[in-house]
Amino acid sequence: MKNGTNPEADRDQKICLSFNVEGGNFLSAGEASIRLKHTLQHIGYPASLIRRVAVAAYEAEMNIIIHADSGVLKAEVTPEAVTIWAEDKGPGIEDIGLAMQEGYSTAPNYIREMGFGAGMGLPNIKRCADIFEIETHVGIGTKIRIVIFNKQKTN
Amino acid sequence: MKVKELVAALDLTVRSGAAKLERDITGAYVSDLLSDVMSNAREGNVWITLQIHPNIVAVASLLNLAAVIVSRGAEPEEATITKAEEEGIVLLTSREPSFEVAGQLYRLLHKG
Repeated sequence: MKNGTNPEADRDQKICLSFNVEGGNFLSAGEASIRLKHTLQHIGYPASLIRRVAVAAYEAEMNIIIHADSGVLKAEVTPEAVTIWAEDKGPGIEDIGLAMQEGYSTAPNYIREMGFGAGMGLPNIKRCADIFEIETHVGIGTKIRIVIFNKQKTN
Repeated sequence: MKVKELVAALDLTVRSGAAKLERDITGAYVSDLLSDVMSNAREGNVWITLQIHPNIVAVASLLNLAAVIVSRGAEPEEATITKAEEEGIVLLTSREPSFEVAGQLYRLLHKG
């Protein structure tokens, strides 16, 4: 698993991060989200916002590891907002309506035994996000875009 | 209540993060579903679980939990302990089941 962090701060105070996420690699699971969280802590984002980003990024990262062959988790951090893209090559989602329902899961048993696949991933992301978009094609993959604005918002 | 007081009161074994036992506990959460913990545990909480794999460390780190207690004598995987040490996560073990650990902790946190 190559987990390259390439923080590139430009004159607009924009930080871009990109992580390759390998399907099925549970040992490194969460590392991309932890790196993103550390970046936000380093630049002094409010704790409540960091929590929402951490939850959304973690669930998006875990969805790639649980369901896809491979994927990329990207984040763009500005003073105004954090935008996260999770794009994978994987099975896609057959019924997004069902996938958005809390408790619905297609994860296999061995993954559920580890405490994943509770059917809470996408609902958790939506709850934490100000903007949540999902595009999926069965047999090809899924793209998610999450925007969380830097303003106080009750979770 | 500090983590070190919890360790003494519940006779817990410290498996990692021995340098972080001075931290205050804000509450606790009991669950073996990681997404449930991500959604509902709060900063500074103690998390009581039966899960033993390294992903509990990522969850604890992302939520900035005060400690993780692995209950019912379950043995954390070697990779879990290594990762917890790297991330500075307090990993504790108890011989008692989750219900007993939670009950004792509840009484300690809510007395007075």
